[in-house]
Amino acid sequence: MTAIYFITLVFLVAAGYFLASQRAKVLRAAPNGAALHSLPTYHGLLGAVALFVPMLIVYAIGTPVVKMLATTNAFSFFPSELASDPLQRGVILRDVGNIIDGRYQGDPSAALRDAAASYSSTFSAGRLIVLGTGVVLGLASLFLVLSRISPAFRARNLFERFVIAVLILCALVAILTTVGIVFSVMWETYRFFFDPALKGRPTVAQFLFGTEWNPQAALRADQGEIRTAFGFIPLLTGTLLITLIAIVVAGPLGLFAAIYLSEYATPRFRAFAKPILEILAGIPTVVLGFFAALTVAPYIRGWGEGLGLDVASESALAAGLVMGMMIIPFISSLSDDVINSVPQSLRDGAYALGATKSETIKKVILPAALPGIVSAFMLAISRAIGETMIVVMAAGLAANLTFNPLDAVTTITVQIKTILVGDQEFDSAKTLAAFALGFVLFFVTLMLNIIAQQIVRRYREQYD
Amino acid sequence: MDMTTQGIPTAQPYVPAKPATAAKVVARNVNVHYGEKHAIKDVNVDVPDQAVMAFIGPSGCGKSTFLRCINRMNDTIPICRVSGKIEIDSRDIYDPSLDVVQLRARVGMVFQKPNPFPKSIYENVAYGPRIHGLAKSKTDLDEIVTMSLQKAGLFNEVKDRLNDSGTGLSGGQQQRLCIARAIAVSPDIILMDEPCSALDPIATARIEELIDELRSNFCIIIVTHSMQQAARVSQRTAFFHLGVLVEEGETEAIFTNPREERTRDYITGRFG
Ligand SMILES: Nc1ncnc2c1ncn2[C@@H]1O[C@H](COP(=O)(O)OP(=O)(O)OP(=O)(O)O)[C@@H](O)[C@H]1O
Ligand SMILES: [Mg+2]
Repeated sequence: MTAIYFITLVFLVAAGYFLASQRAKVLRAAPNGAALHSLPTYHGLLGAVALFVPMLIVYAIGTPVVKMLATTNAFSFFPSELASDPLQRGVILRDVGNIIDGRYQGDPSAALRDAAASYSSTFSAGRLIVLGTGVVLGLASLFLVLSRISPAFRARNLFERFVIAVLILCALVAILTTVGIVFSVMWETYRFFFDPALKGRPTVAQFLFGTEWNPQAALRADQGEIRTAFGFIPLLTGTLLITLIAIVVAGPLGLFAAIYLSEYATPRFRAFAKPILEILAGIPTVVLGFFAALTVAPYIRGWGEGLGLDVASESALAAGLVMGMMIIPFISSLSDDVINSVPQSLRDGAYALGATKSETIKKVILPAALPGIVSAFMLAISRAIGETMIVVMAAGLAANLTFNPLDAVTTITVQIKTILVGDQEFDSAKTLAAFALGFVLFFVTLMLNIIAQQIVRRYREQYD
Repeated sequence: MDMTTQGIPTAQPYVPAKPATAAKVVARNVNVHYGEKHAIKDVNVDVPDQAVMAFIGPSGCGKSTFLRCINRMNDTIPICRVSGKIEIDSRDIYDPSLDVVQLRARVGMVFQKPNPFPKSIYENVAYGPRIHGLAKSKTDLDEIVTMSLQKAGLFNEVKDRLNDSGTGLSGGQQQRLCIARAIAVSPDIILMDEPCSALDPIATARIEELIDELRSNFCIIIVTHSMQQAARVSQRTAFFHLGVLVEEGETEAIFTNPREERTRDYITGRFG
């Protein structure tokens, strides 16, 4: 059905374009014809749109309606208790589908056979009606356009409106998707804290201030004391510790690399070094995680043992170092761009006062570039906080409340992943905890972004 | 100024008859190349102290290029090569042993477009004295800032908001702030590259007044496209054309009785 409908659609759209543009051309070619307001192409495009939009709408509305009618008809052969039980309903629908496709194993019951027959007849009649309605409406709207084509007809402006509508629609889809995701996460988070049916759920305070994280405990109903299982503090400190290590590594390295590249390096070296730095951003994080777990962590462990220190095999330091490597290009590349966009006149002003290069950088260029640099750091921090793969592979699962970089810690993202992998029960507190963690993660990142934007707004345009 | 009866051959660059003894800046056979482009050709000029010298000439003739040779700002352009000799107070400024940074502290510069730093008014002026360690204490620095702003004729307008951003001032105020910034390091020479081209007539008049006042303490070189401005503020004028210094002399003589056909054509507006 879909194929036939859309082949018809394409043919008609092409025909609509042709008819409308031809009509405009004829008008233009007429001996006493006035100049057209719009080029024939726009008349053609408008004709095509006039056909396309109604046909698409008819399809989008008609198909589900037809399906619903067919289903209702099919269930009229069964007692209503069956139809209202979602599980039974699914089974019957699958059987009906199989009978229609000739894939049904064994001998179907009479009710099933009748249901299948009714389903397929309703369905084929319905799709014919949909096709017919679509074509009729499309042609009607095409002829409306055709009838209005005249030298003064503003096809160009009308088409422009259509373009705007399409753009708005795209933007809306993106926004609504985001809003939808946020709301679904918020809803599940709400359930995690307040759904009375949920056993072992923590209070908000226990979640936010608890210092013990052990989601497994909540599954074992025989164990009485499970209240402290969802304390999120160790995850937060673990995340912050690793992020801090990463930013301590990547901040100076990235910033100094950016300063070197933009202020000191020859253009040739820059043209070659900058892309290489950016390749670092293209390394899949799973590869970096691998590198952290198999190369960096053992190295740090060996080095620590050499110094007589007790280093966990999955240390925060290893994960943080490699995560730092991951975010270097974010910092260096963005900072390099903002440093470069500081106007040359400011540099000239400082040089003309007898400032050296480093004085100029320190006192004039960096302050002027500060908002951009701050937002580069914020972006890098958001990336580090949300990063999952490296920490999954290198940071471990132990929810230790510690600030010692040589200990094993775990992060919010690692726990979300661990909770959701291999768990079947969707309605347990353990599973819903992932949403609460996701919400917190989202909230932290959002806050960082808002802060970054505030900083940027406050200092922006000072040198324009 | 003694006027020679026979004109100097037009193809030849102008050479001063006798080197002025009181010259602050002396340029001899200065050539500047931007890569392949020969932007300044054998320029010889003497710039007197405690006076204003104007560089005039059509666009692209090399006025800015030559001006930027005097504080070696051209060093910041990788493709730019300067040859010949420029002396300030009889000291060769292209001598390898000379510290460019110190040179630029002695030769201030004001640019065509005001370029205050994105800092407070106070910090803009204090920047130079700070990096050169000119102030021993905070009160010293305050004094330098106040003096400089006063000399630049800006103090009364900004004295209540020294901590506001320098970029929040009007164009004319910004340019005077840049002048204050330049004189805060007490240079000997101030180079000004079309300092009024972004300003309205009132702001321009204020800057011209200021230049006239500053003349008694500094050696000032100003590039301008306005004949009236050159005539109003300068004592000596040099006319550049296609990278060549065509004619140089007392401003009055240049404007009333130029030796060169090209100079006459330019100042009467027949080309350029
Ligand atoms: N950075 C540069 N790189 C290459 N060529 C340059 C550069 N700066 C100036 N030039 C060239 O040198 C010549 C002189 O330029 P300059 O800026 O000194 O002219 P000007 O007399 O100041 O002109 P205007 O009055 O328009 O400011 C011009 O032909 C210009 O194209
Ligand atoms: Mg210029």
